[in-house]
Amino acid sequence: MAIDMTPAAGVGSPTDLEARGLKAAKPWFKGNMITALIGGGIGYAFGHWLGNAIASNYSVYVSSGQNEVAIYLSLIIGCLGWFIGLGALNYPIQKLLGLEPAEAPKSEKRTFWEHFTYSTDHKVVGVQYLFGMLLYFLVAGLLALGIRTELLSPVNHIWAPDTYIEIVGEHGTMMMMMMTSIVMGPFGNYLIPLMIGSKKMAFPRLEAASFWFTVPSFLILLSALWQGGFQSGWTGYAPLSIQGGPGQSDYDVAFALMALSMICASINMAATIINYRAPGMRWSRMPILSWGMITTAFTMLLSVPVLFDGLYVMSLDRGVRTAMLYAGHGGSSFLWENLFWFFGHPEVYLLALPGFAITVEMLPVFARKPVFALKTSTAGLIGVAVLSFFVWQHHLFMSGMNPDMRPLFMLTTELISIPTGFLYLVAMGTVWRGKIRFEVPMLFLLAVFWNFLWGGVTGVYNSDVPVDALVHGSFFVMAHFHFTIMGQLIFAVFAAVYYYTPLIFGIRLNDKLGKISFWIIFVAFNSTFLPLFMIGLLGQPRRVFEYAVRLQHLNQWVSISAYVLGFGILLYVINLIWSLAVTRTPSGPNPWESRGLEWQVGYPIPPDNFVKIPVVNRDPYGYGTGDDTPVADLDPVGDRAAVVTGGDA
Amino acid sequence: MAMTEEAMRERKEYAKKAGWKIFAIWLVLSLIGEVLVLYVWGPHMPPGDMTTSAASQQFDFKVLTAMVVPVLLMVWVYGAWSLINFHATKTDRGDGIPLRGNRRVQGIWYVTSAALVLFLAGFGTYELINGNGVGSGEGPSPIWKPTAKHMLVVQVIAQQWRFTYRWPQFGGMETTSIDLPADTTIQFDVTSLDVIHDFWAYQLGVKADANPDVNNVAYTTTSNQLGRFTVRCDELCGIWHGAMYNYGHVVSKSAFYTWASNMEAQNASVTKLLPPFATTYTPSYSGAGGGYYPSYDPNGHAVTY
Repeated sequence: MAIDMTPAAGVGSPTDLEARGLKAAKPWFKGNMITALIGGGIGYAFGHWLGNAIASNYSVYVSSGQNEVAIYLSLIIGCLGWFIGLGALNYPIQKLLGLEPAEAPKSEKRTFWEHFTYSTDHKVVGVQYLFGMLLYFLVAGLLALGIRTELLSPVNHIWAPDTYIEIVGEHGTMMMMMMTSIVMGPFGNYLIPLMIGSKKMAFPRLEAASFWFTVPSFLILLSALWQGGFQSGWTGYAPLSIQGGPGQSDYDVAFALMALSMICASINMAATIINYRAPGMRWSRMPILSWGMITTAFTMLLSVPVLFDGLYVMSLDRGVRTAMLYAGHGGSSFLWENLFWFFGHPEVYLLALPGFAITVEMLPVFARKPVFALKTSTAGLIGVAVLSFFVWQHHLFMSGMNPDMRPLFMLTTELISIPTGFLYLVAMGTVWRGKIRFEVPMLFLLAVFWNFLWGGVTGVYNSDVPVDALVHGSFFVMAHFHFTIMGQLIFAVFAAVYYYTPLIFGIRLNDKLGKISFWIIFVAFNSTFLPLFMIGLLGQPRRVFEYAVRLQHLNQWVSISAYVLGFGILLYVINLIWSLAVTRTPSGPNPWESRGLEWQVGYPIPPDNFVKIPVVNRDPYGYGTGDDTPVADLDPVGDRAAVVTGGDA
Repeated sequence: MAMTEEAMRERKEYAKKAGWKIFAIWLVLSLIGEVLVLYVWGPHMPPGDMTTSAASQQFDFKVLTAMVVPVLLMVWVYGAWSLINFHATKTDRGDGIPLRGNRRVQGIWYVTSAALVLFLAGFGTYELINGNGVGSGEGPSPIWKPTAKHMLVVQVIAQQWRFTYRWPQFGGMETTSIDLPADTTIQFDVTSLDVIHDFWAYQLGVKADANPDVNNVAYTTTSNQLGRFTVRCDELCGIWHGAMYNYGHVVSKSAFYTWASNMEAQNASVTKLLPPFATTYTPSYSGAGGGYYPSYDPNGHAVTY
């Protein structure tokens, strides 16, 4: 199954070209973020001009008085300019000109500035993703504090109602669209080749593109804030979204860019895991994180194009006044709801699945035991991924559409509890009679199980139609998905960042600060979101800036807890930056005594990960067997096939 | 790796002993939890019992909570036991027991979780078609309709950012407030003039989206309990979504008819100019389906937003 990846197989390497009698074309332009911003600016201006030239009459018909065609064109051509400025299109352009571009050589030691350029090294892309995603997360988190500040009082307002809706929409959209990549981006790109014994990802250029799509996406989405924002929230329900001004176009383009990013990342991830496994890396030996990545990748591949279609339809409705989503013109507002949630429900599992996977990946290291029921955990991931496509209509129980389908969607939604329950079976079996080490990542992992339990059981309330008629659209639902997404995914990410900094940077984060920040985050998180269940049950809908006076005390409690939560996260980030930039305590090669292949490569990790393609002998969870031989032979000699068939299955 | 017989026996014995202890603690806590859920918190669960649908929501909520409590406690008791008993000490940093699976435990888990889930789905479906109006939004293909002969029909018209109510049985009058008679089955025809809203009468246990050009039907039956209820918009509908709420009252039948007749008389001069009651109520410059706004604006452009 695994294909040959001896060093000579690198396409376009100078030696390879010479052998074929070709001359490598010099890169005529090497871009970075600055040139990309300049390119983006030029493209933006050009697109605006073009839009006005061809469609300025359209603005007469648009309620906002804006020429949406010009806005869409400026954003799209601006993105193209961004990519040209970044140097991302050098390769295809040179190919078009009949030149043979050479691959940039990889260096052993990476400079700081290298992380601001278009790089095809999966380790660089991983780090770019890591800091990019953390930045997006913090910005969106700050917006959440803005929301909670407004909700301190039911009658005194900090924000005007339109500003409030802007902040709510921006927070939701940024979190839901950008955080989808928070595990697959940084950890997937960095770790998967190391874990499966590959020298690189399958499509390095696509990999780089998938990160660099997120940056203009973030900038465009953020820019919506000072363009009037979008009042439709992250769900973008039509026809409300068709009423919106330029901010709504920003939403369309930013979300579409993020969709492109997700599609690129998932194609790359699936291709890598299927084709680039080292000899002996059977499916049964594959680390659970790889399983999480491949299930996520396939879920993305099936669901994200639907979102892309939806956004395309919405952009046409808004830009050139087609009438597909607007009932008054003959379209249907249900169309958007269906397209959106057909993507949107798998989307929440795009957040949950890698969270599960990375949790199960780290758990055995700290419990010092093999993963309990490894196949069940894989089945859990696949089960969730498959079922996620059959549940979208539970978001539309109250919409008035297809009442006779409700029992079916209630059943499919509740069925998801079974595969998610598997992950509890796996976790509970894994800690049984282990020797649990309460290091900081382990604390976060245990918190994942605590938090996700709340998220999981309250999901049952949402799936039951009669009860959903009470909780739908209220703060109960809001609390539910914050428990599943923030309580699970983000806690898993905190664990993973802490756990993998020694591998990625050779630096160990401060333990004391880590523990303090953990306890603040954990306690404040629960103190923030548990009362929100109550607030929802007592009748407070989501996205409102005015609420019943009787709920003021609960809301104040939540807001203050949210500030404390923000402080805890700030401490965590300070720990990260302080340890990486100031104290720089070396970690040693494998501080957690993990058996994973990614930890055996050595630090610093060689430019091509492995000098020779390793031969994998067993899965990486053999703790407690007394057998200390490494999971893979990093320096295989002789007849590879003979070695591959050996070892335990 | 082969394991000695002694180690195997030790492991089984420990599992048996600890398992019974965990089970006993779980059982006791669960029983206490159930009593609290069913008898202490249960009667006060939202949204009360002002209507049959609200009472049914309360009941369903109680049943789900009663099922959830043992699940939560199972994970907590087990988790607490593990964290207390299975941690590494300062001197012993070794590994745990290389336990890769246990067919019996896994089997029990699969069967139990599947049984729980299937029961939940069955219970939910039964409650949905059992005739209390919860799971509103009956639409064109209802799975349940009330059997009451006489229903009070109220058309709820949502628009940015207020609710108005239209009463076809009272000459098509329109009101900005809503009073409902006690002990009556009510049919809400929910529709919208512009974007998607949601009609949420919290204490009535009624929630239905208001979609433009769509008639979304919800039923409920009021009880004898008189009082005020809140109506809120529950689907994001723009800038003033947060301020889109008003209050209604459930009043005695006689009080309701007095109120309604007065309103009808007051409205008579307007009602005769209004278009006849229609199941959808959307602005349309062709005049179809109600025609709430003038057909054309003075500038000659079609105004539909």
